[in-house]
Amino acid sequence: MHRTGELFGHFQTLEQQRESATFGMWVFLATEVLFFGGMFLTYTINRHAYFTAFGVGSNDLDITLGTTNTLVLILSSFTMAMAVWCAQTGKKKLVPLFLVLTLVLGCAFLGIKFVEYKQKFHHHLVPGRSFDISYHVNHPAPGDDPKEIAFEKEELAKALASDPDTNSHAQLYFSLYFAMTGLHALHMVVGAGLVMWLIGASLKGRFTPHYHTPVENIGLYWHFVDIVWIYLFPLFYLIDRHR
Amino acid sequence: MSQTQTLPTRSYEMPREHYLNSSYGIRSWLLTTDHKRIALLYLVSVTFFFFVGGVFATMIRIHLLTPEGALVSPETYNKLFTMHGVAMIFFFLIPSIPAVLGNFLIPQMIGAKDVAFPRLNLLSWYIYIIGGCFALYSFSTGGLDTGWTFYTPLSSIYSNSAVTPAVLGIFINGFSSILTGLNFIVTIHTMRAPGMTWFRLPLFIWSHYATSLIMVLGTPVVAITLLLAGLERMLHLGFFNPAMGGDPILFQHLFWFYSHPAVYIMVLPAMGVVSEIIPTFARKPIFGYSFVAASSIAIAVIGFLVWAHHLFMTGMSAYSALAFSFLSYLVAIPSAVKVFNWTATLYKGSISWDAPMLYALGFIGLFTIGGLTGLFLACLGLDMHIHDTYFVIAHFHYIMVGGAVMGYIGGLHYWWPKISGKVYPEALSRFAAITLFLGFNLTFFPQFILGYLGMPRRYHSYPPEFQVLNVLSTAGASILALGYLLPMAYLTWSMRYGKVAGPNPWPATGLEWKTTSPPPTENFPVTPVVDWEPYDFPNRPDLGLTPGTLAPVPGDD
Amino acid sequence: MPEHSEHIVSPKIYFTIFIALVIGTSLTTWAAFQNFGPFNIVIALGIATAKATLVVLFFMHARYSVGRTRLVIVCAIFWLAIMLALTLADYQTRQPRMSRLVPPAVFYRV
Repeated sequence: MHRTGELFGHFQTLEQQRESATFGMWVFLATEVLFFGGMFLTYTINRHAYFTAFGVGSNDLDITLGTTNTLVLILSSFTMAMAVWCAQTGKKKLVPLFLVLTLVLGCAFLGIKFVEYKQKFHHHLVPGRSFDISYHVNHPAPGDDPKEIAFEKEELAKALASDPDTNSHAQLYFSLYFAMTGLHALHMVVGAGLVMWLIGASLKGRFTPHYHTPVENIGLYWHFVDIVWIYLFPLFYLIDRHR
Repeated sequence: MSQTQTLPTRSYEMPREHYLNSSYGIRSWLLTTDHKRIALLYLVSVTFFFFVGGVFATMIRIHLLTPEGALVSPETYNKLFTMHGVAMIFFFLIPSIPAVLGNFLIPQMIGAKDVAFPRLNLLSWYIYIIGGCFALYSFSTGGLDTGWTFYTPLSSIYSNSAVTPAVLGIFINGFSSILTGLNFIVTIHTMRAPGMTWFRLPLFIWSHYATSLIMVLGTPVVAITLLLAGLERMLHLGFFNPAMGGDPILFQHLFWFYSHPAVYIMVLPAMGVVSEIIPTFARKPIFGYSFVAASSIAIAVIGFLVWAHHLFMTGMSAYSALAFSFLSYLVAIPSAVKVFNWTATLYKGSISWDAPMLYALGFIGLFTIGGLTGLFLACLGLDMHIHDTYFVIAHFHYIMVGGAVMGYIGGLHYWWPKISGKVYPEALSRFAAITLFLGFNLTFFPQFILGYLGMPRRYHSYPPEFQVLNVLSTAGASILALGYLLPMAYLTWSMRYGKVAGPNPWPATGLEWKTTSPPPTENFPVTPVVDWEPYDFPNRPDLGLTPGTLAPVPGDD
Repeated sequence: MPEHSEHIVSPKIYFTIFIALVIGTSLTTWAAFQNFGPFNIVIALGIATAKATLVVLFFMHARYSVGRTRLVIVCAIFWLAIMLALTLADYQTRQPRMSRLVPPAVFYRV
């Protein structure tokens, strides 16, 4: 495959190459929609069947961390969009700056996610043999608000009254939580790797108004991952919050 | 009106440089980004998996010679039919036509130098090989006994066989399929030569576009489904496990959302092959071009609306089953459009009986039987009776083997002069085509009867009164095996010893026949400009067809 | 063919969209703590869809894109809708309602 500058030999023009690459990225994102779609379907069926248990599970998530993470991700999408704009308009110095910002925000998201996962681990909310939805209310940590704990205990008792299998159904909720946010986090890790590569290339000044397809396409990917989170956030963190 | 001699009488010379001899050495093959070489890599690897699946099929048929089972233990029998299905469906049928013929031909047919993403194309082959290695690992370390459908909770909890590596292998292999589909869609959209408008595209391209649609939109769903099932098996999560509140029927919904359209991944490209072969050997423009093109897309779309007919007996909602039954009937419409249009193309054609044509005609007959028996199964009441019997087995083998494999082998014959630059032995190839057709029918037609009499699928033994039909089926299978081995032998032989084919031996109208055989690496020395309509035999003096060999132009009658 | 046909979106629009997304996030979090009965999920998904639409249209430039890109977006949504709608149609019309699946009494665990 011979190559002249940024133009690969099997294309006629840079424009054709850019259009093909961007279109290819969109088709890939369509694939991703259906990939996550299967999980969203599993989620919907189970939430429909076990609404109470899902509400109990959702109230165990940390809404402050969740909302913060949503904002972090939205901000990273904004910086990514700005990086694309800088590449389009030839602001070569600003491209790596915005990309670094995007990377930092992406890593912040993953860091917060890690803190959340760790918390769930301590609360025995990781699916498996030691999963226990009532563990946290019975073994509160020293820093927890006693009023909140008492409230959760009451909620759980109510849930158990209407659905004696709440524990196993809440485990289903957390299985989905870990599977879906885990898959999303995996996409973030891949995205972070791609952004790192972009930073390297942009520091070499590779991206010009005539050629910036990688920035544009990785941007598309980044925004898509953001969209997935936009749905994951209300579906996992915001069930049955009013009480 | 029938001639047989269309292969070249003129003697040609091989082009001095072509894609096969442009570079040498193992590296030039394993690191190639040339779509034609990647197609050959796929050709070798899918043939290998065809052999693997074929060995399992042979053992199944030998085992079923006697009512109590002649060869293996019941547990091993479960593994045999499972591994036969997995090898054939995921590693042979789905990649066969798209990845071999599609890869080879799509850029040539639209006048491009290569597919849009040549490196992704190579990556897809490596992913296929990695997935295949996982599957082989599963086959050789404990086998696989869940049925190719991996129904939970059998696959996630109860099975003791090597389910995890197999599921992982199919998961990985899915990405190969997605990359192929993605590449085709983008290539067809952005890489067409000047003048190659959408309605000048060969029908092979249309059917591959429809196939790619399914690959791109369906494959991710089965990937995530198998991932969830794999997680369930490894980490004991409960998505599909009723004991933990999950729903096994949900697995079936998700699985068939892909796996029913996957049948169209197999048969749509074969329809594309047939749509190319029929006009060429009838010397007539295809009847109803736009309808055949649109029916490909219609099959791809409607094919996604019918999956739950695999679930009629599971306890799904009766109302929903009604709707799915109705939608399943709808697929018959675009399929019938194709069959009628092919038949109409043959009408008053100047037909020659070369091997590709024999395969194409075989396809039409067998696909029609397979499709019509599919309507039996789509009928709710009848499905109660024949669900999970040999009737189903016979039905889908008529579609997959009688349809897809016939199309694949027919296509290999049709484009073999283009791929290798050589001509295969004619008489032998016709003999093989007829052997294949007869062997196939002898193998699978008795299974319709067996199924209707009530012999269930996936059983290792059967009542003695079914023995005659089973022996017939096994006898047919051995003829069928001969029908497969012959082309493998003489096609390989012809690569070295065959006569030189010349650029357009049939002759055919497509753009791929305008370049040398075998083509140069960049396909066309100069980017071609298309100013003719597809399959326009009467207006193509460049083909050198004499008025006597051309189909009579339909009068104004 | 022009060397450059893509549309450049101004940073002002990007910033406006960013602010809209922040407002959307706050709104959805606030709404989750109010009791709207069965409409809580409708509101949550409505806001999420609005946010996603903004991201697709502006951050991903779909508003300024060529026909084939729009075709891909429509296809992705359509196929997702097929999967969700036809599967849910089964669950919604089952008789008896299988909201809880009862495990078998005996497990043949091997």
